[in-house]
Amino acid sequence: MMNHVKTLETMATEYRERTRSIERRIVVCAGTGCIAGGSLKVHEALVRVAEERGLDVKVSVRYETDDQHPGSSIHVSGSGCQGFCQMGPLVTLEPDGILYTKVKVEDAEDIVTAMIDGSGPVTRLLYHEPGKDEACTGPEDIPFYQRQTRRVLGDCGRLDPEDVGEYIAHDGYQAARQAWTHFSPAEVCAQVTESGLRGRGGGGFPTGRKWRLTLDQPGDHKVVVCNGDEGDPGAFMDRSVMEGNPHSVVEGMLIAARAVGADRGLVYVRAEYPLAVSRMRKAVEDAKSLGFLGDDVLGTSRPFHLEVMEGAGAFVCGEETALLASVAGRRGMPSPKPPFPSERGLDGQPTVINNVETLASIPLILRKGPEEYRRLGTATSPGTKTFALTGHVANTGLIEVPFGTTLREVVETIGGGVTDDRGNLIDEPFKAVQIGGPSGGCLTRDHLDLPLDFDSLGTVGAMVGSGGLVVMNQRTCMVKVARFFMQFTQNESCGKCVPCREGTRQMLILLDDIIEGRGTPDTLALLERTANTVSRASLCGLGKTAPSPVLSTLRHFRDEYEAHVLHEHCPAGQCEAFSVPEIDPELCRGCMVCLRRCPVNAISGSRKEPHVIDPEECIRCGACVEACKFNAIVGV
Amino acid sequence: MTPAEALIQTRQFERVCEILDDHDRDPRSLIPILHAVQEEYRYLPEKVLAFVANALDIPPARVYGVATFYAHFALAPRGKHVIKLCDGTACHVRGSIDLLGAVKNELHLDDDQHTTPDMLFTVETVSCLGACGLAPVMVIDDEVHGLLTAEEAVKLVRNVRHGEEAAS
Repeated sequence: MMNHVKTLETMATEYRERTRSIERRIVVCAGTGCIAGGSLKVHEALVRVAEERGLDVKVSVRYETDDQHPGSSIHVSGSGCQGFCQMGPLVTLEPDGILYTKVKVEDAEDIVTAMIDGSGPVTRLLYHEPGKDEACTGPEDIPFYQRQTRRVLGDCGRLDPEDVGEYIAHDGYQAARQAWTHFSPAEVCAQVTESGLRGRGGGGFPTGRKWRLTLDQPGDHKVVVCNGDEGDPGAFMDRSVMEGNPHSVVEGMLIAARAVGADRGLVYVRAEYPLAVSRMRKAVEDAKSLGFLGDDVLGTSRPFHLEVMEGAGAFVCGEETALLASVAGRRGMPSPKPPFPSERGLDGQPTVINNVETLASIPLILRKGPEEYRRLGTATSPGTKTFALTGHVANTGLIEVPFGTTLREVVETIGGGVTDDRGNLIDEPFKAVQIGGPSGGCLTRDHLDLPLDFDSLGTVGAMVGSGGLVVMNQRTCMVKVARFFMQFTQNESCGKCVPCREGTRQMLILLDDIIEGRGTPDTLALLERTANTVSRASLCGLGKTAPSPVLSTLRHFRDEYEAHVLHEHCPAGQCEAFSVPEIDPELCRGCMVCLRRCPVNAISGSRKEPHVIDPEECIRCGACVEACKFNAIVGV
Repeated sequence: MTPAEALIQTRQFERVCEILDDHDRDPRSLIPILHAVQEEYRYLPEKVLAFVANALDIPPARVYGVATFYAHFALAPRGKHVIKLCDGTACHVRGSIDLLGAVKNELHLDDDQHTTPDMLFTVETVSCLGACGLAPVMVIDDEVHGLLTAEEAVKLVRNVRHGEEAAS
């Protein structure tokens, strides 16, 4: 045991020794968003330019590398997601605290020059708040970061995710060691219960209680499963944590294993996240080679074996029992509970299943203590929550705020206002914010001062869910949004129970009727009745929550549904069935091309005068739209 | 079947056997096995599925059930270049359907068609790629392109086609 106590500290010291000569660090974001923007090429360019300038450049200071450079050097490293995806590729300079945005390969030259000369940051690469002249030098000046408390995500944007040494140098695996060598399993459960941590996967079940239930089950073999099947379209926090700080997940699982007495574990990752799969695999391998996993965990002579498994693309596998079926090589279909997985899970053994973000929070709780963890958040929802802020909002990306932060702060201050489809700021309030994905509901401007936490969201028919926040502007049709989610759940319904399989299909047909102009007031009543039946009678969480988007839009935007079925009108102007063909008099030049092209002579007008379409005559063939060079014809 | 074809086939099954052995012929590893088979063939040929079922001593219906249940598995051959359009919520509200329409139009694919007759392109929609900050997103052969307009998406597809034409 003492051997390992020494080892962790030695490893941290060794890492510090290895990096002592590093004067500066250039951290290039290597999250999925920034890679898509070309951050890997930016990384290469920065290394090349710095070397050309005669600097001593280190690309890797990995645990296994053993080159000692004398004198000062700079380290050009990659990191996980830094959060501000829309402004990527992001490059941070440490210790200067400078954040460069939208960096291109050509900018490497200027970045390195400014760094060597000490002439201050390259102004054109700094973030400029829309409508303000002054540039923001670092994250602390940028409103997007100012209002956040990045605990789980904090290390994601700083550490090299493939370097276990750096994780250890930042107090990594100390909480796991404490749990395995100083605490009894019951004490670990008690600590987590005391912190009030609630599961981040959607339901919000208290994690400590879940562990205690599994610990109390008889049996020599128990299992810990990390649910990384983040299927909610519009959420990517689990992806970012697995890609950006995989060791925090491994450490969380180690602690969970100690708490419930598990001897094996499994990380189930979505197949759509190849980078997360490879980073998790590397983290598990590294932890194994250092003796944190295996037959003799941290020198305690007790075993814990961890494996990574790739899913194959099925939303329903986020449901615990479906996930277990998938792990066993079957179709991912849920089974009735009880028995709960904590009683009889994988291979009949008691199994605890936790979400990625939940597990990544665990080391923080043990490191700092439950009281410190409770300091943020609300009494019933302590701590912080990550949200994926996307849609019609100026600053899209991954954010982390204490529970209880208001919607206003998130959308207006952090999000920076509402945009059109192309991301240009527009001066109008948002129409709705969809929270919790296909299982969640929508919030409106009436909820601007609603604190975001498990309980208050429940009272307005929404849920935290996985934490997807999709902002929608006034030109979004809420019936179409409900249809989008219904299409999704209908596709993903596994087909096992009738209410979900048939009910979601019927609801989809009813929504299509409304959108395509066949709806009547009876359609709305039938839709509502079907929704209530599906939500009450379905077997698993997918079916039970599938009607939520419909019920929630019906509750908050009933007038919009009624406009479709009573007045044959789509207030957002998105449903083609109700569109009225029109020629914009501002854009029309009076060239008479459309007039001659119209097969039913529905267009009238004279040369150099704006033309007019007769909506009664128009057959909506679209010939005029194709013919018009000035894009003056709309609604056909 | 010509002798050459037969030979190819035995060799193919040799590779499948290797994959099966890597997973100890354990039916619980069916999903990783199918992943590896698809990696090899780019899709799951029916004959191979039957072979896998036999080798694992489980009913072919179970293998077929799993192969059709999960979106990641393809039962038809896919084109040389796979284009995945994200239709997650964030991409959807920022116009992913327009992108899909434009790309399918460019490749002359109708609603039910996913692969071009020359087997160069397959177009698929996926529910979320987790790059929501960059919506709308399109992936061509694992390279992610974000913040796209329909015109830009079509241009990317044209570039790939021009590359193919130049190569031939």
